[in-house]
Amino acid sequence: MAGNLSKRGYTAARGGSMVSDKSKLTFWLLMAPLLIWLVTLIILPHVGMFLVSLREKVGVREYETSFANYQVFFNEPLYWNTFARTAYMSVTATALTLLIGFPIAYYIAKLTRGRTKTTLFLMCLIPFWVSELVRTFGWMILLRETGVFSNVLQYLGLVSGPVEMLYNDAAIMTGLVYTSMLFMVVPLVTTLDSLDDSLIEAGYDLGASSFAILREIVIPHAMPGIVSGCIVVFMLSLGNYLTPILLGGKDSLWFTGLIYSQFITRFNWELGSAFGFLLLGLSSLIVFVGLKLSGQSLTKTMGQA
Amino acid sequence: MSQIPDLECRAISKNFDDFKAVKEVSFSVPQGTFFSILGPSGCGKTTLLRMIAGFQKPTSGDLLIKGNSVLEVPPNKRPVSMVFQHLALFPMMNIGANVGFGLRQRGVNKTDIKQQVERVLERVGLGGVADRPVASLSGGQKQRVAIARCMVLEPDVLLLDEPLGALDLKLREHMKIELKQLQSEFNTTFVYITHDQSEALVMSDQIAVMNHGVFEQLGTAKELYYEPSTAFVAGFVGEANRFAATVESVNGTDVQMITDQGKALRGVDAGQGVQRGDTVDVFVRPEAVRLSRDAAQTGQLGNGGAGKVENILFNGANSQLILRDQTSDAQMNIAMPQTGEFRDLARGDVVTYGWEPQQTRVYRSAGGQHGL
Repeated sequence: MAGNLSKRGYTAARGGSMVSDKSKLTFWLLMAPLLIWLVTLIILPHVGMFLVSLREKVGVREYETSFANYQVFFNEPLYWNTFARTAYMSVTATALTLLIGFPIAYYIAKLTRGRTKTTLFLMCLIPFWVSELVRTFGWMILLRETGVFSNVLQYLGLVSGPVEMLYNDAAIMTGLVYTSMLFMVVPLVTTLDSLDDSLIEAGYDLGASSFAILREIVIPHAMPGIVSGCIVVFMLSLGNYLTPILLGGKDSLWFTGLIYSQFITRFNWELGSAFGFLLLGLSSLIVFVGLKLSGQSLTKTMGQA
Repeated sequence: MSQIPDLECRAISKNFDDFKAVKEVSFSVPQGTFFSILGPSGCGKTTLLRMIAGFQKPTSGDLLIKGNSVLEVPPNKRPVSMVFQHLALFPMMNIGANVGFGLRQRGVNKTDIKQQVERVLERVGLGGVADRPVASLSGGQKQRVAIARCMVLEPDVLLLDEPLGALDLKLREHMKIELKQLQSEFNTTFVYITHDQSEALVMSDQIAVMNHGVFEQLGTAKELYYEPSTAFVAGFVGEANRFAATVESVNGTDVQMITDQGKALRGVDAGQGVQRGDTVDVFVRPEAVRLSRDAAQTGQLGNGGAGKVENILFNGANSQLILRDQTSDAQMNIAMPQTGEFRDLARGDVVTYGWEPQQTRVYRSAGGQHGL
């Protein structure tokens, strides 16, 4: 009897371990594409780039390990001015996107139902059916000296000659906000959708004004969505190359433009790599500060989006 | 009570496009009353409540609170508070901030808010929980916080939208008693809507039974139960056996009928003035029917006969007997007497049953429709 029991226990245990072996294998197989992607496309290039950024050219094909490339950045005002300007412009673009995106998301999530909701949501998506290049050219057609806006203003007699609206900060900002709107609206709609309407009604019922409800109920509820949208939009803006260059022209002074010219125009991979790492550090720092200020955690916000 | 009622509705209506959700409903609720609106889902009770709260604008009619019309007053300015169906406690705030929310909107200073919140939480039996998150409370406690959140504002009328619906049965039974106690303690006018008749019967001073956008009957629980004025009320409040019949003769309120299955019945007119030849609905409560093994005991009651036990639905004190009448083949639901006499009753047994004509209420049938 006892032997029988222990034998049964043994087979059960064996069966159990086989199941867990199998599920482990499935787990690794499913993880494999992600891991390969992360290791070969993200981690390896970054390690390589970091090593390159620490090389200082002392002669023809002679290198020394040093922080000289990083020193160059701090000694040249143009570099860190561009760096700061990129950060400041990206933060502004993110804030603007949030300000414009929030009412849109609120309208889609709370004030529309069924078909209208789907249609509006699709309309946010439509600009993404064409490439970023085409979209940006669209803005150029509108804004340039001989463009649509300029002609309309002249036709209405509001201005006497052609107006150039391209190649300034406002044009860059417009392009950045336009490009990233969807990435703000989607997480916001998701979080606002999950806000129970009766909470808003309860707020009114207890005597709150619309502003108080927005501040005390809607925004705290939407905070994870706001933060995840802001992170995505900020990173997209900071790393954007096409929009600032095309809409801002020569004077755009965007940090990705500097990196591009170091790598491609100057063949100075060492300095370019150092710039790349500085940009990575900057975006990490700003996202970290943003999370701390809003009291959110990365896992929570990304889980929401 | 000659005072101005806390809440008065005058011929209030609400249409959604072609659909008339509420049709010219008028009623008034005196101060300190527990007033229930009882009706099946889709009868318009929620629309009525939302109009009182101010979330929906009546198509016509007037709404007065303490004698003043509030039609033009937005919900955040009305002296009414509402306990929502799923309570709608703010998950982003702790309990104290939830209860103090309304006071904060009024601009009461912080120390006063703290005191008042603590006082009202103590009154609902939840002292010292102000700093805890909402999620740490049980269903019944959340209920009390939701009531405290409204009561701290001292509203003229407290509206409750089926707040017990989400609770399990045991807790619901308990909360019924507790709600009634809270109401008498705060002495505030409660307007409570529900589809659960037992909630309405147990707690209310006044009940309005609503169906298809109109009040079918307004009265106390006893009136609704013993003297339902319409067939709908008779069928909706409490259990009832229902027969379709044709009137043979009328003598005052005494009505002689013959059911569609051919059984002769005697009953009382429920005040609708039925005439000879009318098709009528007849209602008999299961607990009004007496059961016997001896034909002589039930024979003189006026209505009744012999029946075969078709099924016994045992449910403790609420056990029921399903009986098939032997002459007319009509099915009867009878409350099982709990005296022990019928404990050994089994399926297939034949017993006699009977009930008095006074317990038989007769209503003119609506458009010849039979069956619930």
